[in-house]
Amino acid sequence: MSLVKIKTRINGKAIESEVEPRKLLVHFLREDLGLTGTHVGCDTSNCGACTVLINGRAVKSCTMLAVQADGNEITTIEGISRNGELHPLQKAFLEKHGLQCGYCTPGMLLTSLWLLKKNRNPSEEEIRKNLSGNLCRCTGYQSIVESIKYGAQLMKEKEEEQEMPVR
Amino acid sequence: MEDALQLLSKYGDDAKVMAGGQSLIPLLKLRIASFPYVVNISGLKGLNQIVEKGDYLEIGSLTTISELEENDLVKEKYQALHEAAGLIADPLVRNMGTIGGNVSHGDPSNDIPAVIIALKAKLELAGLRGNRNVDADSFVTDSFTTVLEKGEILKRILIPIPGTNSGGCYIKHKKSAGDFSVAAVAVHLRLEDDERVKSAGIGLTSVAPKPLRAVRGESYLEGKKLTDSTVREAAKIVVSESNPSTDFYGSLEFKKKVLGRITEEAIHLSFERAMVR
Ligand SMILES: Cc1cc2nc3c(=O)[nH]c(=O)nc-3n(C[C@H](O)[C@H](O)[C@H](O)COP(=O)(O)OP(=O)(O)OC[C@H]3O[C@@H](n4cnc5c(N)ncnc54)[C@H](O)[C@@H]3O)c2cc1C
Ligand code: FES
Ligand code: FES
Repeated sequence: MSLVKIKTRINGKAIESEVEPRKLLVHFLREDLGLTGTHVGCDTSNCGACTVLINGRAVKSCTMLAVQADGNEITTIEGISRNGELHPLQKAFLEKHGLQCGYCTPGMLLTSLWLLKKNRNPSEEEIRKNLSGNLCRCTGYQSIVESIKYGAQLMKEKEEEQEMPVR
Repeated sequence: MEDALQLLSKYGDDAKVMAGGQSLIPLLKLRIASFPYVVNISGLKGLNQIVEKGDYLEIGSLTTISELEENDLVKEKYQALHEAAGLIADPLVRNMGTIGGNVSHGDPSNDIPAVIIALKAKLELAGLRGNRNVDADSFVTDSFTTVLEKGEILKRILIPIPGTNSGGCYIKHKKSAGDFSVAAVAVHLRLEDDERVKSAGIGLTSVAPKPLRAVRGESYLEGKKLTDSTVREAAKIVVSESNPSTDFYGSLEFKKKVLGRITEEAIHLSFERAMVR
């Protein structure tokens, strides 16, 4: 099958690649680029383990072709820490036990980052509704919801810190 | 648009339109369907707008379900549509799936068709030989079958702007979050000044081989004052128009029971909303 050229920006880096038109985005990320933090859980569009951000919006990368990403900005779990420091939401998951086996965690984090960008102060109900496409077999969700609430708080604190004038 | 139509005409049966891919890609992955050429129309310009123009609300077919759900105009004036959008699949699927794909797929369990049937919408189709309009209730003809001719693209959905004293809702009974429905109903009512029903629209999801317009239920309501007993009778008529089958989502009897209950609820709620306006 002939290859198609695509241009994307992945975790801030411009990337040009050639892909088979039928290749799924998740396989492009994992196999071609080695970004294996994006997981395949069900492969039937149900679990959200494969969630990535396309232009800031959370989508299932197992239900999207790599060619559909052409011209777009993609964020995977590898792209959310800064200078070797975990993202505040990642720290919150660590501290509040938002993960056990960790398989669902990249998807949980990215879906929640999308929510927190739209709504810095989500209610418990909004957090739960937003996660309805992300399944977790381990935690029972309670600790994930706690982590997201705590993460929202940490993100706000960090922002305020950065806005404080340097003396 | 012209390019897309040319490609579709060139490859004929070998080509398939794809918008968000949220229904098509799962089918391709399971090898339930296979096409040598997939024509991705998601980049077509100007088809993701939601605007009131003249007598209609125009919704571009490439508008995503999320965009529909988040739109303020829809939230305020087209509550059934807003409610249905928020009940489709999960937020991740809604970020990719489009309103045009939801309707064109022809799935009797997809939620948008019943709503646009209740709202008496028209669909604008584009083809190489020009555009044509069809009524929402005649668009899906059978399970996964629509009036779209080979090479045609659904361009816009045109919903009549609701008059004063009108209101509606969408009620979906489902087994778990993010799932398709056991049964769902869209109702839209317009009232006279004396509170009698001036016009009614009722669309049904998951209770027949295609999305259904409950024509007899609609005409029973028209001209009537709503009381508990007229609403109960209307729901009975609506159930008699349905034709569900027993499957994973429940038995035929169960689905009819659910449909009766949510139809009563939906008529009452639509009436309350129409009274507030
Ligand atoms: C896990 C999961 C759960 C879901 N749950 C629900 C649910 O609860 N309720 C619900 O309603 N849906 C549900 N869906 C289905 C999905 O939401 C819709 O079918 C989706 O919105 C379709 O839009 P799309 O743009 O992705 O269509 P695509 O997958 O791109 O296309 C679907 C079909 O429509 C045709 N098509 C698309 N756009 C056009 C156009 N403009 N003109 C002509 N033909 C066109 C395609 O050729 C194809 O046949 C679910 C899907 C998944 C994966
Ligand atoms: S792997 Fe994509 S939704 Fe489960
Ligand atoms: S932590 Fe194991 S699936 Fe969520």
